[in-house]
Amino acid sequence: MPVADTERSSPMEVTVSGISKQFDRYPALKDVSLKINSGELIALLGPSGSGKTTLLRLIAGLEQPNGGQILFGDEDASQKTVQERNVGFVFQHYALFKHMTVAENIAFGLKVRPAESRPPKAEIRKRVSDLLDMVHLPGLEKRYPNQLSGGQRQRVALARAVAIEPKVLLLDEPFGALDAKVRKELRRWLREFHDRTGHTTVFVTHDQEEALELADRVVVMSQGRIEQVGSADDVYDRPNSPFVFSFIGESSHLPVRIENGAVLFQGQPIGISEPGPDGEGMLFFRPQDVVEVNDGPRLTGKVTASRRLAGARIAELDISDEGAAHHVEIGVPLETRVEIGGELGFRPVHWKIFRNT
Amino acid sequence: MANTSFATGWKWRQASVIPGFGLSLGYTLSYLVLIILIPLAGLVWHTASLGLPELASLATDSRTLNALRISFGTAMAAAFVNAVFGVIVAWVLVRYDFPGRRFVDAAVDLPFALPTAVAGIALTTLYAPKGWIGAWLTPLGIKIAYTPLGIVIALIFIGLPFVVRTVQPVMEEIDRQVEEAAATLGANRFQTIFRVLLPGLFPAILTGFALAFARGVGEYGSVIFIAGNIPYVSEIAPLLIVIRLEEFNYPAAMAVATIMLVISFIMLFIINLIQAWSRKRYGYA
Amino acid sequence: MATLDHSNAAAAPRFRDAATEPPGAKFALILIAILFLAFFLALPLVSVFFEAFRKGPEAFWEAISEPDALAAIRLTLLVAVIAVPLNLVFGVAAAWAIAKFEFKGKAFLITLIDLPFSVSPVISGLVFVVLFGTHSVLGPILNSYGIEILFAVPGIVLATVFVTFPFVARELIPLMQEQGSGDEEAALSLGASGWQAFWYVTVPNIRWGLLYGVLLCNARAMGEFGAVSVVSGHIRGVTNTMPLHVEILYNEYNVSAAFAVATLLAGLALVTLGLKTVLELRFGAGNAGGRH
Repeated sequence: MPVADTERSSPMEVTVSGISKQFDRYPALKDVSLKINSGELIALLGPSGSGKTTLLRLIAGLEQPNGGQILFGDEDASQKTVQERNVGFVFQHYALFKHMTVAENIAFGLKVRPAESRPPKAEIRKRVSDLLDMVHLPGLEKRYPNQLSGGQRQRVALARAVAIEPKVLLLDEPFGALDAKVRKELRRWLREFHDRTGHTTVFVTHDQEEALELADRVVVMSQGRIEQVGSADDVYDRPNSPFVFSFIGESSHLPVRIENGAVLFQGQPIGISEPGPDGEGMLFFRPQDVVEVNDGPRLTGKVTASRRLAGARIAELDISDEGAAHHVEIGVPLETRVEIGGELGFRPVHWKIFRNT
Repeated sequence: MANTSFATGWKWRQASVIPGFGLSLGYTLSYLVLIILIPLAGLVWHTASLGLPELASLATDSRTLNALRISFGTAMAAAFVNAVFGVIVAWVLVRYDFPGRRFVDAAVDLPFALPTAVAGIALTTLYAPKGWIGAWLTPLGIKIAYTPLGIVIALIFIGLPFVVRTVQPVMEEIDRQVEEAAATLGANRFQTIFRVLLPGLFPAILTGFALAFARGVGEYGSVIFIAGNIPYVSEIAPLLIVIRLEEFNYPAAMAVATIMLVISFIMLFIINLIQAWSRKRYGYA
Repeated sequence: MATLDHSNAAAAPRFRDAATEPPGAKFALILIAILFLAFFLALPLVSVFFEAFRKGPEAFWEAISEPDALAAIRLTLLVAVIAVPLNLVFGVAAAWAIAKFEFKGKAFLITLIDLPFSVSPVISGLVFVVLFGTHSVLGPILNSYGIEILFAVPGIVLATVFVTFPFVARELIPLMQEQGSGDEEAALSLGASGWQAFWYVTVPNIRWGLLYGVLLCNARAMGEFGAVSVVSGHIRGVTNTMPLHVEILYNEYNVSAAFAVATLLAGLALVTLGLKTVLELRFGAGNAGGRH
């Protein structure tokens, strides 16, 4: 079945267990464990310096871990050099070989194989042209990378990585160097490509929209640790840490106190309740998860600005009191007239309180 | 300098608020014409007035042909040695950190700074049969000073920085990710170097080679001491020009010079062509 | 998951940095490079000083203080003092015209400026012999007015100017192209005159590159041999520059004296290299690349 040969790979499960990595005394990863299911499309999401690219490079074998283990299936990958790991890596700036044509770039991984496992020339040529069809760039064999657009280069880099029939496909900020429009197109195209070929795919991004839209599961990272792993719904609707709540989507937060199940802000009840013991905590909510309330227990603030955001209106409120400055953003109905300087009362309907420890 | 910047259609210069265009370009052109172009044109004019048959017979004189052959042959050999070792030196300077690296880096420019006559007598003294190096080679039956091999040695000295300084900046620009990409695709280090890195450096190496070669062909000061200057064997073309001048045989001197000039300009043209070609195809030169 | 068993972890992980060579290859390459440079660069330089002092410091001192040597030193300095400023002014003017303006034929102009680099030094001298020699049109006319060019100081200066022609321009053109015209435009918009913009804005911006170019230009001017040799006539004490004096002494088998004078030139080279390195390290001037 020659079609299946190039179209579908046999995906591989990847297990990262207790990996840590230290760069010149600066820890990049601290005891990170992660299980990547076979055939899954997974995103490593985090701000710069969170260690996401380091994790990707460790899986590829481009960095040496200070501790921990990486398994490809049941095999210990740390016993293998990067050449032996058979991973497809797409670099942020593609790292295409500039002096080689598109065809030579894609065929490179096959041509450097030892004679006994190297496919015959005709087969390599066939494989290259199949791959070019697959990435929708038929007929570009003879071009040089310099003669391609950014999006085309990115797809050639992908074809080159896939040509070696990798166990895992790793992509470092795959759309980072492209302009917004091309980025959106390629994003959809990559998803479709993944669904067709079924590689276990890990990609790194700092763009949450990209991660949420594209990935089966999102790994949110911060300061060398994994904060949360879950589907787009999980990380957006059920963030498990203050970091994830504020990193993903829009949100505001206020220091609160819980007394007898009631939530107090600056000593006043705000009309929501939280089970559990008394204590201090941080209240998180999203702008669209509030209702306007004009009397009773509520939060009130002075409108400092209002702006239109797509289908909603966002009001910025100053709810400072006695020195401590607090600003929150709430969504208000479009038809509401918001007066700068006016008072506005509201109450969160969905929220989360992270207790201080 | 007529200012035609407001004319429509073909404009030979774009408007600019910066002053001094007429003055600076005028001065540049006058000085260029006076110092370089008139003297060169004088040579070409005098040579041309010899007439083609005369020129052809002077150029095909067997001593002339031999001198040209020696100059081009030794320059080619030296440029080749420099292309190999220059790339190694550049690689070591760019990639490795070792004690004294900065010092070695600075030392590469010595041939640019050391007057050629000084290099000539120093190399001759070293490679003479009783010199520091020559004394070791004589028992082995290897003679360097006063042979064409000596010329090659001098031209290696002269040409080395051309290769190193042309290749080095391009090497510094190599993206580490390109090497990592090759490794993830299964290439071992040897394959990465010989199939990815060196071919990528090829335009720069070729340019460095051509520069070292062009310089070697015209080199005089460092060569005449070590060459032995035996006609038909180790007499270089620039020396033949000097000898013809001393014989007051101006036509012969001009004939040799003209051939050399023409070949140098062709070389220069080729170098520019390589760079234009490489820039167009690969996006770098 | 049997492989998580720690008995397996006893095997040291195999890791090889994807962008470096194994230590052995690395060491071998460094060794090759150092040996090559030692043989071709260091040894000749060391031998210059060694040979110079072979007959003791007195002989050395005598060689560099005899009248002919002093005359050669004076002439070399004189030639450099004339040639370097001429090419400095030219270099600044050329770089200004090329870097600050867009005009047709610019690439061709740059090629013409580079021309002397691709001409053999001997030919650089020859062109002046042809221009001012006894068979030329100009030579006899100038002679009748008592003006000597060939086999006299003016000829040496002309040949040196020809050979060192591109040095300053070659450093300044890329530097000024990179800097653009923004600073000058700002100065002009603040009411500065063209000359004020040049002196207060451009010159401070390019001073290290300028110094770098002057340094290289000077080294070549003082060390030029082939071109000067053709036009000088080798008159001792009159038209002998230091490199020519070295040649004469060497050909007279006065090897120690030849090397003694050569040490002065080698010293010049070392000072040039030292200053050049300092400029590169501190100010990032030039890239030492190209065709000197």
